[in-house]
Amino acid sequence: MPELLMPSLGADMEHGKVVEWLVKPGDYVHRGDLVAEVDTEKTVMEIESFEEGVVAEYLVELGETVPVGTPIARVTGTPADGAIQASSPGAAVPGSAEDAVEVPAIAPPIRSLAHRLGVDVTRLTGTGRRGAVTRADVEAAAADAAASGPVGPDTSAEGAPARVAGSPSRDSAPVAPPVARAPASSAEGTGRVRSSPRARRLAADLGLDLSTVAGTAPGGAVTEADVRRATEPRERPEATTAAAPATTHRGRDRRSHSRPGGEDAEARDRARASGPSVSDRVASLRRAIGSLMARSKREIPHYYLSTTIDLGPALEWMRRANAGRPLAERLVPAALLLAASARAARDVPEVNGFFVDGEFRQSSAVHLGVAIALRGGGLVAPAIHDADRLTPDEVMASLRDLVARARAGRLHRAEMADPTITVTNLGELGVETVFGVIYPPQVALVGFGRVIERPWARDGLLGVRPVVTATLSADHRVSDGLRGGRFLARVDELLQRPEEL
Amino acid sequence: MNESDARAAVFAALHEIAPDVEPDDLDPSARLRQDLELDSLDFLRLLEVLAGSTGVSTPEDDYRDLTTVQALVDYIAKRG
Repeated sequence: MPELLMPSLGADMEHGKVVEWLVKPGDYVHRGDLVAEVDTEKTVMEIESFEEGVVAEYLVELGETVPVGTPIARVTGTPADGAIQASSPGAAVPGSAEDAVEVPAIAPPIRSLAHRLGVDVTRLTGTGRRGAVTRADVEAAAADAAASGPVGPDTSAEGAPARVAGSPSRDSAPVAPPVARAPASSAEGTGRVRSSPRARRLAADLGLDLSTVAGTAPGGAVTEADVRRATEPRERPEATTAAAPATTHRGRDRRSHSRPGGEDAEARDRARASGPSVSDRVASLRRAIGSLMARSKREIPHYYLSTTIDLGPALEWMRRANAGRPLAERLVPAALLLAASARAARDVPEVNGFFVDGEFRQSSAVHLGVAIALRGGGLVAPAIHDADRLTPDEVMASLRDLVARARAGRLHRAEMADPTITVTNLGELGVETVFGVIYPPQVALVGFGRVIERPWARDGLLGVRPVVTATLSADHRVSDGLRGGRFLARVDELLQRPEEL
Repeated sequence: MNESDARAAVFAALHEIAPDVEPDDLDPSARLRQDLELDSLDFLRLLEVLAGSTGVSTPEDDYRDLTTVQALVDYIAKRG
């Protein structure tokens, strides 16, 4: 019988408690649907299901603190489970090409839109050329899901129960956290887990139940590496969530419409009220950031590069683009810097990916982490998915959405877990140069300082130009200064031709 | 729009964007970026909220003059 487990939302998380249910017994949940809000003592984060089926019962009380890995709800599996599993073997490894090969007929901007709207593109029938899924298909599916509310097993669109926006679609929810593995459903049917002999031996040595390990080999088979990963949570990308939000202003952005479990409002309030105080939470977040950054500095041989970029053409282009637009559609310079960084990361892939198990795993997708400061203290770095394929306008829309949700404490676990490279833009508040510390297991961090006017010589003439200092902190185990320098030079080149971004 | 209405609108918008900024102890000479720590996205949202509540739409060319709470109040009062 599948169960939803208390996931690990950070390298140092040992306990968590459910403070709000987003589904109730009887609801049908898909993989990727948001099911609960979990308080980790650092933040409250929405968690998604790694199971598909009907929620049978809650196994923990609201506000009850339980260890990571504890079953929190029981889910009744369905026949559809096997079919879905077959089309998507195992959990994707970050940086694998899975999302590039699984649904070839979808343009990344459409996929990104689907992700934002919580639409599973694998279930859509495309109406575009050669069956390609179009923007209109995704929007129609999102509208259907919104109109029909909680979706049943035979509904074409995969929407989150009672809430459509923001449910990560399955193809972008990258990895099951080490403690919340989805048992391969094929194994459930047959009572055995497909696995390699070495994996079985290692699991036996480690006392690990193979049925709890998500297999990544064809057919969902469990490999030795899967077993190692399952026992080494600190080496997983989820470690980046250790710098998770210390949100101090929940409440204000609460959605007004009713949600499942609304009748438990009192219990929920009690659960929240019994949580740690704001100052405890900031202190706890500070410890988490400290421990993650200490690990980064201990393990990653950083090197640092810096270059000054003329932003004249980019800002002039942006000024013209913004002139005729309403406020809600205007760009800020950060959107251009992020778009250029994402494209440069695609062009210089040694900075994009994860260093795990002693080797670099380059990522074919660019999920651009954006460091966002939270009012009241703390920092989060959630991802803009497939940022290298987005126009500056799309990056801007994603950025606004992420910042609003980060500050309201409404980030999704998948966004926190899978940035492949992170950008920090401290310049907003005045500094000229950022010397960043890499978020393990990522291998590079890009920094932008403040845009300032400086005397600037060009073709023998001196003028005053708006410039920004771009920096790169990168991992010497993966790249050298030459490649890192190429990355910054590429960012510069891209910003000189903003109309091509 | 008179100044007190403009001030009320600006304070309300600020409180919405930055809930930790209490209208009661807000100094009108406070700088939006340095003192209230609004970043460019916060600033854009602030102008959006104000456009909704007062009908004043701010062109980008005017951004650079709007550095303090008082400057924003004056700007809204003049155009609202």
